[in-house]
Amino acid sequence: MNGVLVVMEQRPRDGRPAWSRMSFEALAAGQELAAPLNQPLMAAVAGNALDELKADLARQPVSAAYVVQHELLQPYTADGFTAAIQQLVAKVDPAFVVFPHTYQVRDFAGRLPARFGQTLIADVIGLRMEGGTPVFVRQLLQGKLNADYRHSGAGPCFLSVQAGAFRADSLVAGSCEVEVFTPALERSAIRSQPEEPFRMSEHTVDLASAQVIVSVGRGIKEKDNLPIVEELAKALGAELAASRPICDNGWLPMERQVGSSGQTVSPKLYVAIGISGAIQHLVGMKGSKAIIAINKDENAPIFEVADYGIVGDLFEIVPALTTAVKKAKGG
Amino acid sequence: MKIIVAIKQVPARDANVRTDTNARWIDEQDLSFEINEPDAYALEAGLLLKEKHSGEVVVVCAGPERAGQTIREALAKGADRGIHIVCDDLATLDTLAVARRLAAAIAAEKPDLILTGLQSEDLGLGQTGVVMAELLGIPHASIIMEVEIEGGSLRVKRELEDGWFQWVRMPLPALLTIQSGISKLRYATLMGIKKAKTKAVRRVAAGDLPAPGPQSVTLARLYLPQRKKETRIISGTTAEVAAKMADVLKFEVRVI
Repeated sequence: MNGVLVVMEQRPRDGRPAWSRMSFEALAAGQELAAPLNQPLMAAVAGNALDELKADLARQPVSAAYVVQHELLQPYTADGFTAAIQQLVAKVDPAFVVFPHTYQVRDFAGRLPARFGQTLIADVIGLRMEGGTPVFVRQLLQGKLNADYRHSGAGPCFLSVQAGAFRADSLVAGSCEVEVFTPALERSAIRSQPEEPFRMSEHTVDLASAQVIVSVGRGIKEKDNLPIVEELAKALGAELAASRPICDNGWLPMERQVGSSGQTVSPKLYVAIGISGAIQHLVGMKGSKAIIAINKDENAPIFEVADYGIVGDLFEIVPALTTAVKKAKGG
Repeated sequence: MKIIVAIKQVPARDANVRTDTNARWIDEQDLSFEINEPDAYALEAGLLLKEKHSGEVVVVCAGPERAGQTIREALAKGADRGIHIVCDDLATLDTLAVARRLAAAIAAEKPDLILTGLQSEDLGLGQTGVVMAELLGIPHASIIMEVEIEGGSLRVKRELEDGWFQWVRMPLPALLTIQSGISKLRYATLMGIKKAKTKAVRRVAAGDLPAPGPQSVTLARLYLPQRKKETRIISGTTAEVAAKMADVLKFEVRVI
């Protein structure tokens, strides 16, 4: 048992396999883990007909890479991927297996460690060494507390890393041998039959290119209260966005949702109104250049990422701010 | 059909949580607890399926005595009976140990379908359901938005990233982890609350289930996150705050 194996992710885009960008963040996390432990870093990707990705893998700063290839690995199924990666882990025998915390990983990566008598340390936001062993940091209670996790015992340690927690731009190019690994898979062992992925709406609002975003969360309480944030958005020339519960309630369309299940944005200014700042929302907006949070709870996690904070009643503050903005623009 | 809904009791969403004296878990004194929100949607999905296809909805919950209240609330909403795995060591167990315990209690019920929320709001690992499916040897699908049952098989809508979705078919029995917010939650009626008092809740002692065994993953320390950013808090009267913020927008952020 030696080495850090990073299982990267691809998905078909326009009929061709393409990297999930979080894959390289997972590779960066793997590097951060492997270097102080003085262990080799390895990478793998699973799917079918991955020749182009194989060429990319050969340029990664790893000591070995694997293309896990089988016709039963396209399209993705939990049964297929669990069995394939299980066989790869058994062959490579790494001490650590690192995944990006994507929806696909959330789907199958719980099964895999169970087969080794292990538990996935999911959604890791940081790691450090203590006494020569790694400590993994996770967020608990919607980001209100952090927790240090440790792994012990015989099997490999499995972890997945949160979007944006590790920087892919820290990776330098390298070179390695890429081995094609063909797992033994049976069609009859794959119990689910996926249909073609689809998008609900074709006309997605492009929040990603917005310069200013005014975003609203649970704190708004009722749909009838939305005009007060719409007024502020209008005054600022901003796009209106929302956290998940607002879109789930149908108060704003799904395409205005920011977060892990919606859009990822990095505007010049992001105004979070009545948004507590659950992890799933923060990953979608913490890259904004400036963040203003307006929330009644001074301990809300949104203030962890905010540059400017107003603690108070949004129903008083937002209309007053709209008036002040209009005045400032006029002046 | 028999539907099991695995639910968890977690600290209330707006609870002011502090770490306990050992910094190994939160101080539970003076905290209020409620059903894990995604599990409330799993329960709702189970009740809707029962209404359509008839059968039985059984809620399973592991936790200390106080978890009994969350089970009663589920019964008041329409679940037929409950199983309470009475234990107060959840905070010391890893996902595999918790899933083993739940799976052992569920296996004896021989359900057609198991539903649970996609993740808990306290630990947020999002793994318990998936690991249970593995332990029970049944297929699963995660982050589910819609459930259809046709004959002996399931067709479910999975949420993928970036606004993508996908329908997946699989045979029963199966396990689904349900996305939060996919439907309107029902309230318990007065009649429901009254009926709940007479519904059966089977208590299972954790000691009667397989021992958790050695933990491979442990929560070593709990602490307040360190601020990475210096947040400037703008304070004063509402008018002052608004005026100061307008200045920030004009002269610092430069968006107006």
